[in-house]
Order: sequence, then structure tokens, then C-alpha cells
Amino acid sequence: MNDIAKKLLEEVADFSGEFKGAYNIRVDGTCAGRQSSENIDIQNKEDNPGLVVRIRPGTKKETVSIPACVTQGGVDDLVYNDFFVGEDADVTIVAGCGVHTETGEAARHNGIHRFILGKGSKVKYIEKHIGTGEGNGTRTIDPVTEIIMGEDSTLEMDTAQIGGVDKSSRTTTAVLEKGAKLLIRERLLTEYSQYAETDFKVELNGEGSGADVISRSVAKDNSHQVYRSIIIGNAPCTGHTECDAIISENGVVDATPGLFARNEDAALIHEAAIGKIAGEQILKLRTLGLTEEEAQNTIIQGFLS
Amino acid sequence: MLRLENISWSTPDGVKILDGLSLSIKDNELTVITGPNGGGKTTLAKIIAGIEKPTSGKIYLDSVDITDKDVTERAKMGVSFAFQQPVRFKGITVRRLLELAHGGKMPEDEICNVLSRVGLCAREYTEREVNATLSGGEIKRIEIASVLARHTKLSIFDEPEAGIDLWSFTNLIKAFEQIRETLEGTLMIISHQERILNIADTIVVVGGGTVQRTGSPAELNDELFGGRFTIASCRKQEALFQ
Repeated sequence: MNDIAKKLLEEVADFSGEFKGAYNIRVDGTCAGRQSSENIDIQNKEDNPGLVVRIRPGTKKETVSIPACVTQGGVDDLVYNDFFVGEDADVTIVAGCGVHTETGEAARHNGIHRFILGKGSKVKYIEKHIGTGEGNGTRTIDPVTEIIMGEDSTLEMDTAQIGGVDKSSRTTTAVLEKGAKLLIRERLLTEYSQYAETDFKVELNGEGSGADVISRSVAKDNSHQVYRSIIIGNAPCTGHTECDAIISENGVVDATPGLFARNEDAALIHEAAIGKIAGEQILKLRTLGLTEEEAQNTIIQGFLS
Repeated sequence: MLRLENISWSTPDGVKILDGLSLSIKDNELTVITGPNGGGKTTLAKIIAGIEKPTSGKIYLDSVDITDKDVTERAKMGVSFAFQQPVRFKGITVRRLLELAHGGKMPEDEICNVLSRVGLCAREYTEREVNATLSGGEIKRIEIASVLARHTKLSIFDEPEAGIDLWSFTNLIKAFEQIRETLEGTLMIISHQERILNIADTIVVVGGGTVQRTGSPAELNDELFGGRFTIASCRKQEALFQ
């Protein structure tokens, strides 16, 4: 594994030379290391490039890391990873991705992740995306996440793309059965001429299911973000979607939250707020001794934390 | 010492708010600025903090002319300002705000100490965001804590009692009474409240854009509480707690 790969893995998955527990490291489309554990089995997918990760029922407090990185231009990596989470398991899944190019050639990673959660299982899913390197080669990350949630399961998804990715299309769909709970937190920073598209579609099919989809984003310079979030309430359920965006310079954000209530007892809420940093916030931090630029950076950093 | 010489300030549409105001604030004392609404008190505080620029006049801090210094420069020179309407920040925790104010990492006991001075328990508040989930009273106290965390030579509090619920009001007054007991540097509070006025070393009555009277609470007692300068509604609110 070269230094670029190590650096990217450190950024996206807190890699420090080794992973604890089960892991698979993908570098430029090939496997650079794998380890299964007693409760978490990682195998190659038979029909497509990618992995099948099976987590035994009742597995508690284990982590599985499957970071991927593209370290050079001219690589277009496509991977399908399926996770089968056994009943009552309680695990953390880390699946970051870093893309690096400095040759002027494009580099792309497209990770299609499918999660099938057994009854009563609990998953924390952490996904961090970054782009690095000099030159004009486009760094693209197009993650697709499909979540199928069994009865009373819980999934907390923490997804972040903080800088460096020129183009991204992020699609997440979820279907929830009775009592299932989904919490999605997205953080997104675009700058220069970057473009990022986010699509969430959550179907609340079971009684007592609930979803909370929260996006915080900052669009700087000439960057452009498109945010679409749809929650469909097909049963007595609760759904909340929130898009909170800061724009600066010529940054553009198009936000379209959508609610579809298909049941009398579906309680759905959407919120969207887009605006520049409030002058009062900058002023307050300046009275603490920060310069205007430091104040802006502090506000953005906090907003995206 | 803070010295203001002949300060004037008008609104962008030409309404004169301060009109040749001169004032000296003594070091290591608590000065309370009071007077009728619209008399120029908040403008005066903002001019000292550098948030507004005077149209004429000079400001000196320890004999250094700071008239042309901006907000950041004055903050670095030791001027702190607690806003009448504190600002909220999504994603910034109480700890982060206090550390920004302090200028670096703060040990737990120091955070605890600053928050307890405004009557808040560090365990409950340190990791909370300074956002809309905080009540009016809570955010006010965190605003005051952010000024205390700076340990600067001059701390200005703009109507700390404004816009809070009655329960928080009594606690806030108590907090200021305690701050008074452990006075650090020079304190300047804009206030209408009798209990705040009573703990002052010096009271300055500002009205009509200038200083009308200066004196100790004992000296100004009759004029202030005889109804000449105070606002009737504030007296009523105060009476509720006595």
C-alpha cells in the first residue's frame, strides 16, 4: 500500500496502520487486505466486483471497516457491497472513500452499498468521502446506499463529504418495516466549481416506523449543490427531513424536500433553510478576538461538525 | 482607564443618538450605565466595543487612542462585549464558544468555574450547542460566561436582564451580584435594574445622547428611584421579587 492510500485511509476511516476487528481495504479496484472475525464474515461477491458481509445474529459492539480508495487518475472503480445484519446484532460499519489524482486524468469511485437489517438489529454506518491531489483531473464519488430495515431495527447513518470532491451524486433509499428507526445525518462542503447532488428517498411502510433525515451543507465559491429528500409515509409513522445550508460567494443550493403522506396517521415534517452566515455571528466572534476570516471558518467548521 | 471625549453618533438616516458625550470609566470598578430607553446607552456600549464608529470624538483605553481600531483589534486589546440579544450558532458547543473566548483549550475545572459563576452546571451544558434549544435565560448566561472566560481588562454587558423570563431574571441578578464580589478588571453594565444599580461603584445616567448625572448609588438614590430616570415597567418587574 503506498503513502497516498495510507493517507486517504487515515482521513476516511481513521486508519493507523491496522484495523481492529473485521475489515477489507480496497485500493484502485483491488483488495489490499482483508480479515473476517468470528462474527463477521467477509467474502467476494460472485456476480459483481465487491463484497458480501454477513454479521451473525446477536453480534455486539463490533466494528467492520471496508474503506476504499482510488490513488491515481485513469481509474474508474465500481463496487457492490452487501451487508446482511443478523437479528439483534449491534455493530458499527465504517465505509469511507478517498479519491486522489494529480495527473490531470479523472478518478472515480462508485460504491453501491446494500444493507439488509434483521429484526431488532442496530447499525451505526459511518461514511466519509474526500478528494485530494493537484491538477485538473476530476475527482468523482458517486455513492449509492440502499437500506432495507426489518422490524424494530435501527440505522444511524453519518455521511460526510468535506472538500476535494469535484463531482458527486449521492443516492440513498430506505424502506422501513414496523418499528424501524432511521437517522441520517449528512454533512457536505463544496467549493471552487464543485457539484454535488444528494437524493434521499425513505419509505415508511411499517406502523411506528420513523425517519429523521438531516442535511447540513456549505456551498462556497462557484460550487453548486442539489438536495432532494422525499419521505413517504405509508403507515402510522413519523418522518422529518431538514436541509440547512450556508451559501457564500457565488455558491448555489437548490433544496427540494418532499413529503408524501399516504396514511391518515403519518406525521411528516420538512424544514429547509438556506442563507449566508449571519453578520451577527461574525460580529460576536470578532468581539472574542477572531478576525472576520477566522470567524467565518469557525462558524462553517462548527456547522459541519 | 477608559475615556470618551466628545462622542457623537447619528443613525444612517440622520437621527442624532449621541451628542458630544464625554465619560471616564475608572479601572477595576463596576460602572452601571442607566437612563431612559432611546437615550443612547446601547449605542455607547457598541461604540466602546468598536461595533459602531463615532461620527466625531475620541476613545482612549489606557491613554491609547482606539477610535480607529476595529472590533477584533479592540477585543485583542482587552475589550469584551456581551450582546443584549446573544447570537446562536448551530454546531458550536458551549465548550467551543468558551474556548474561543478564552483563546485556547480550557481545563474542565476552569469551564466549570466560569459556568458556575453564571449559575450553570458544566456537566449539563458544556457539550450542548449554542443553538435554538437553549432558552432565553440560558443563552444570556452563556453569553455572560463567554465574556467572563476572556478575563479582559474591560467587560461590557448590554442590558443583561433584557428579554429573559422572570425566573431567569432573579438568577441573573444573583449571578451579577456574585460577579461583583469577585470583580476582575473593569465592568460596565447597561441596566435599568435597581438591584444592578445598587451594586455599582459608579452610576452614569445617559439620556438625550449625553451624560446627565454621575455618582454613587447613594448619591443618585433619590433621583433614580424617585422616578426621574427609571422606566415604570422595570420598577414593577423589580417589585415582583421583593
